[in-house]
Formats: sequence, structure tokens, C-alpha cells
Amino acid sequence: MGFADLMLHEEDSRRLREVLGRLRQDSNSRAVFLVDKNGQQIANAGDVEQFDTTSLASLTAGNVAATDGLAKLIGEREFSVLFHEGQQDHIHISIVAKRAILVVIFDERSSLGLVRLRVKRASAELDQVFEAMIHRSAAPSSAGEVSPFSEITDEDIDALFSE
Amino acid sequence: MTFINYATKEINCKIVYYGPGLCGKTTNLQYIYAKTSPEARGKMISLATEADRTLFFDFLPLDLGTIRGFTTRFHLYTVPGQVFYDASRKLILKGVDGVVFVADSQPERMEANIESIRNLEANLKEHGLDLMSIPYALQFNKRDLPNVISTEEMYRVLNYKREPTFEAVATTGVGVFDTLKAVAKQILIELRKK
Repeated sequence: MGFADLMLHEEDSRRLREVLGRLRQDSNSRAVFLVDKNGQQIANAGDVEQFDTTSLASLTAGNVAATDGLAKLIGEREFSVLFHEGQQDHIHISIVAKRAILVVIFDERSSLGLVRLRVKRASAELDQVFEAMIHRSAAPSSAGEVSPFSEITDEDIDALFSE
Repeated sequence: MTFINYATKEINCKIVYYGPGLCGKTTNLQYIYAKTSPEARGKMISLATEADRTLFFDFLPLDLGTIRGFTTRFHLYTVPGQVFYDASRKLILKGVDGVVFVADSQPERMEANIESIRNLEANLKEHGLDLMSIPYALQFNKRDLPNVISTEEMYRVLNYKREPTFEAVATTGVGVFDTLKAVAKQILIELRKK
């Protein structure tokens, strides 16, 4: 099966938030998001309350997927960076660790050059966190933990649909 | 690909509504959106043409409640049904946990239904997935139209692996939630197996 579930544990989540928080600060950006290529939001930092983060994650993933398709059409492996320039706000999108998307939203208080520079450094750190995370997702039993879902009962499932 | 966030205690699953053009995939999502309380749903996004045909996808995030302390969140997507949007359809299937196939009950759309299931099978394969084993539900939509094929005949031709099958009228909601529940249940059962 092509299923490879992604599991985000507290420790990974904390490390990701740290890296994103630093990136937001160093790049002087408004908000930073980390999104799975399938459209799920993994972590964020900064001024995120004013954004619809779920929609943002799904649209970013769609955007990257469409651009990946374009790249393949012209014989490129991928376009690793996308940049959308608005009148006030801009979005810098890049691929990290092959399966995640790093989104930086910034305005005139920052610049594309600065964002690119800081993203580069953060990407290397994120790669490391992801590597550990994917490792753990692939072998959850090696960490000696039992999945909380192994004991889901039919009643639990039915209860979700009781209304 | 289910995303389990232990930090925020969330399970995120992706369900894709598949089927030929104008079969009612978007209508299914619109009905779910309309009938779900605002606290349980996010914003519905439709990337559509000016003529309201799905261009890329519709997206609806849905919270079903908690299971073993984890918030269970389903992300519902539709694909563009028109034949020439195949590249987009393929992209949307990435990371899918379960599929709903919406079939059009009109006799003149039967060929399109068959073609679309074949297309689904092939596109899943490209993602390393098998329609035979993925959580899957089948819906015969537009049962309110005067000239429809019998459900027995549709079942015979379109049912792939004895998946749960529902008659529906997506515009009024008949069968819409039953179909969603059927696929969501299978996804959660899969989760238990892992």
C-alpha cells in the first residue's frame, strides 16, 4: 500500500515551532507555516490568527502540486521555490525535506532577498527534524509506544456519527 | 495518508469525491457544508470556472468530533470530472485515505461512469494505491430524475468490490451523509489496523 502515515509527536512539534519562530523573527515576516504536501498543516509561527490556516494549507498544497505537474511537463524535477507578489503582502513557498512546504508571508518590513536567505538556513534545520520524524512514523513500535487507535471500538466509531 | 498530530491531538484524513463531469460531486460537498454546524466545518473553497464547473478542486474541512481524545478531522475534496482535467485529478488523489465515487444514474452517462472508475483505478495506481483495498463507497446520484437506470443494473456494472453503495439525490441531501459516513468509517477501521 502507498500509505505512509505521518505522525507528529510533541517533541517534533516543539522543535518545528522553534525553527519556524526563529525564521519568522529573522526574516521579519508576518507568519510562517509548515504544510504537508497533501494539504495538512503541520506547524506555524507568527501572526496566524488572521489567516484561515486550513484553507491556506490546502490551497498551498494544490498550488505546489500544480506547479510540480508543470515542472514535469517541461522536463524539470520540481520548481523548489514559488513566489507570489502582491501589492502589500507576498508569499514565499519552498519545498523542505521533499514532503513538506514552507510558506512565509511577508510585507514591506522584509524583502524577498532576506526571506530567501533565512529560508535557506531554516530549511536545513527542518530537514533534520523531518528526517527524525519520518523515521519514527515508519517504525512507531520501535519507540515502544502503542497506537491509541489500535483500541478504537466499533462503538467509538459509531458515536462519531450518532447525530 | 492519515496525519496524526500527537501535539494537538488531531487525526486528519483526506476523502476524495470522484466521478464523471456533472455527476454531483460538488453538490455533495455543498449539501454537507449547508447541513453542518459552523463549529464543525471550515470554509468551503471551490476553484471553479466562470461557468461554475470545478476547475481544480473543491475543499471542505470537517470536524467529526473526538475519538479516544483525538479530534477527528476529515478534509473532503472533489476532483474536476471533465475528461481533459486528468492531470489535476491525479494531483488531488495524492495522500488520499478514502474515495467516494459519485455515479450519474442517467443512462446516457453510464459510459462516462465506467470510464471514470477506470480512470480512478489507474490514477490511484500511479500513487501506489489499489482501489481494491482503499476505503471506498459508491453513490448512485440523481435518483429523482425521471429516466434513470435501475439500481440493480448500476450495481452490477459499477460496483467494484461490494463496497457500500447508496442511492442519492445530492441536491436534497438524500444519501449524502450515509455515503460520507460509510467511507469515513472504513478509514477509521483502517487506522485501527495500523
